[in-house]
Amino acid sequence: MIGRLFGFRGGVKPDAHKNESAGAAIERAPLPRRLVVPLRQSTRATARCIVQPGQKVLKGERIGEPEGYLGTAVHAPTSGTVVDFGRYTMAHASGLETRCVVIEPDGEDRWIEHAPFDHREATRSDALAWLRECGIVGLGGATFPAHVKLGKGAGIETLILNGAECEPWITCDDRLMRERAADIIAGAQILRELIGARALVVGIEDNKPEAIDAMRAAAASQAEVSVVPVPALYPAGGEKQLIRVLTGIEIPYGKLGADFGVQCFNVGTAHAVYRAIAHGEPLVSRIVTLTGNVERPGNWEVLIGTPIDELLQLARPRPDTDRFLMGGPMMGFALPRLDVPVVKGSNCVISASPALFPPAPPEQPCIRCGECARHCPAELQPFELYWFSRAKNFGKAQEYHLFDCIECGCCAYVCPSHIPLVDYYRFSKSEIWARERDKSAADQARERFEFRNYRQEREKEEKAAKLAAKAAETRAKLASDEAAPESAAPPPAAEDPKKALIAAALARAQAQKAAAQPKNTDNLSPETQAEIEAIEARRQSGGNPSVGDLPAGNAAGSATTAASSSASDSHP
Amino acid sequence: MIHSPYIRKPASVQRVMGTVLLALVPGIAAYVWQFGAGILVNLALASLTAIAVEAAVMRLRARPIGIAIGDLSAVLTAWLLALSLPPIVPWWITVLGVVVAIGAVKHLYGGLGQNPFNPAMVGFCVLIVAYPALMSQWPAAGQLDFATQLTLILGGARELDGMTAATALDSLRTGLRGGSGVDAVLAQGAAFGVAGGKGWEWVAAGYALGGLFLLATRTITWHMPVAFIAALTAISGAFWLADPAQHASPLFHLASGGAMLAAFFIVTDPVSGATTPRGKLLFAASIALIAWLIRSFGAYPDGLAFGVLLMNICAPLLDMKTQPVVFGHRGERR
Repeated sequence: MIGRLFGFRGGVKPDAHKNESAGAAIERAPLPRRLVVPLRQSTRATARCIVQPGQKVLKGERIGEPEGYLGTAVHAPTSGTVVDFGRYTMAHASGLETRCVVIEPDGEDRWIEHAPFDHREATRSDALAWLRECGIVGLGGATFPAHVKLGKGAGIETLILNGAECEPWITCDDRLMRERAADIIAGAQILRELIGARALVVGIEDNKPEAIDAMRAAAASQAEVSVVPVPALYPAGGEKQLIRVLTGIEIPYGKLGADFGVQCFNVGTAHAVYRAIAHGEPLVSRIVTLTGNVERPGNWEVLIGTPIDELLQLARPRPDTDRFLMGGPMMGFALPRLDVPVVKGSNCVISASPALFPPAPPEQPCIRCGECARHCPAELQPFELYWFSRAKNFGKAQEYHLFDCIECGCCAYVCPSHIPLVDYYRFSKSEIWARERDKSAADQARERFEFRNYRQEREKEEKAAKLAAKAAETRAKLASDEAAPESAAPPPAAEDPKKALIAAALARAQAQKAAAQPKNTDNLSPETQAEIEAIEARRQSGGNPSVGDLPAGNAAGSATTAASSSASDSHP
Repeated sequence: MIHSPYIRKPASVQRVMGTVLLALVPGIAAYVWQFGAGILVNLALASLTAIAVEAAVMRLRARPIGIAIGDLSAVLTAWLLALSLPPIVPWWITVLGVVVAIGAVKHLYGGLGQNPFNPAMVGFCVLIVAYPALMSQWPAAGQLDFATQLTLILGGARELDGMTAATALDSLRTGLRGGSGVDAVLAQGAAFGVAGGKGWEWVAAGYALGGLFLLATRTITWHMPVAFIAALTAISGAFWLADPAQHASPLFHLASGGAMLAAFFIVTDPVSGATTPRGKLLFAASIALIAWLIRSFGAYPDGLAFGVLLMNICAPLLDMKTQPVVFGHRGERR
């Protein structure tokens, strides 16, 4: 089915370090003392908490209701008692907090009643809703919701299953493919049917022969599935790179695979889909590799929300460990603290020692050797981006496709001057985002201001038009008034039209005043009426300006206030 | 490093520069074999001066001295300059050239990685413009023993008649200006060897060998040497085929002067050259073209250094106009 591989330019071959943990079969991690389950499990969406502290929950019971298009449901990873709902620190480079449900396990690990979902009988939208209900997000690390990625169900030719696992040290997908190949293929077939793709291609780096064999065996009888070994070259597991290697299609920045007829899912996601459809189990656990400077490297099936410090005890980090990396060494981050929970995107925790991960030598000047450009899988000129970022010339950096950078770290890995290049790009990107935010805030303010001006202008015009209309009306009325009484008695107005106009205006004002004054004060209860009279009397005697001195509107207004306040007095 | 990646390839500027220095060794060995050990004195002198100037300027700039000297970039500049000079120039010529190259051309622009011009080539141009006589006294192969060379380098009396000879390019040019044809000049001149200048052809071969080593170790990419050699071959070949009496063969051009040193070691300077693949091709080919023009029609016997400096000026523009297409943007117009 896949005739040839296309490859991608650039890439690096760091020491794989897979052997440390690749031989260790997946084991179930013991129940931790407590689970801190973040409600923010998918990108840019936080579920709404639907449990109370003190409430008993069963394994797989919904504790968070999905909100928004990108939201997915969150479930209790085990049975127990909700003990807290609050903000806890996340496994994040900056130690951000998010809303979490803390569950104390009861040790029984008792499932809520659940049943398989027949996706062939159900409509497609029901099936997607079911995956959303089961909290299925991309387990490759980006945690993008599966129901969104499955899209419209048309126009996808090829579904790609990402089993490349190109980052050094990580072996969770490798073990999953070796041990649960049939489930993964079944899950991938479900995804393929839901997305309406014809072909299913599994891409696995050729340094995982056991996984390739297992997946091939599992897919043996299925003609539409091909398991393709791809050359082990970091970042072959990057979604865009894998799509390029397998199909030759290049997805530019800002575009989705779906626009080009391909879609890509991680093998772990396919496994989770299988559990959700075939067993009705929501996503409450994942495989996490614990490796690096540890006594016992391994791969563990870990409940979401398990605190990492408790998890690490299983691997027994050696005493010279100086920090822990979440994810791989190329794109992962050093955990600022360890009392943070495992989330759906956590694939690996590496215990790092100065011997395994020596500190970088001092940064030297860029000599423009172009080594970074030769290894950039996005085919950028990283050193140019570096110079622009250094000079804070962000416009130029964008012009040189800064945002096509996938931050894979190849450039910094090969740089002979030991420049932390990716940090420069992150800096530039965040500066650009901040400026765009500022700009959009300024734009909003400007729009508000312009609208206010427009509104004031419009009101002024309306007022002027109204006045003009009124004046015209008055003039017309006056003319008819003059015409009517002429025959009966010659009015003095005829002698002095100006005086008549004033007199007419005065009469009108008086009539208006008479009409306005009682308007809000009629239908008053006797006691209110009495109160008003009393107030009026007090005011008169106190030498305060009388109502008559005030413009008519104000007088009416104060009467209204008095009326309403007394009304509220009488009816508490 | 605080952020990813947490692993790095064991690469360093020192390693890059060291590899280039190592690649110069075959050429230097051929030099010594053909022209005596005097060049070694010049190389040592240039290196010591470069280290001293680098240290002094870094001290003035209050920057770490150890790293700057340890990166070997100053030593490489010194070697490239020394190898471009006649091997019997008085010591102060070498010192002056290095002071200009490191002190002015490199550090006045901000030091390593910041200089828009190739330091060794500016040093060479300053010297050839300021001291044209001293810069044109080249010893003939096997003519001077080491003691004589040392005396000359240390500033001894320069009674050079019979000891030095015009270089191959020089002789050819004088001969052609005198009205003789290429064949006649080559037949009578003592300066000519099998392919280029007598003895120099072996040095050129040594540089080419070192250049292949640089390609094999991926220290340089193929673009510049290939473009340089191809362009020089093409232009000289075209004129040679059209008028062999007035124009030397491509082989002669490639084996003479600093062509091989330039092809693999000088035009490939990453700091001052173009960096994009297409930019590199244009950059190196243009240098070859300018060098050939100056050799054939200009006032100087060789024009490589001028070609390099002229193209250094164009490098930023070349880079800007030859940006490669980014992943996913093929088929778009820039």
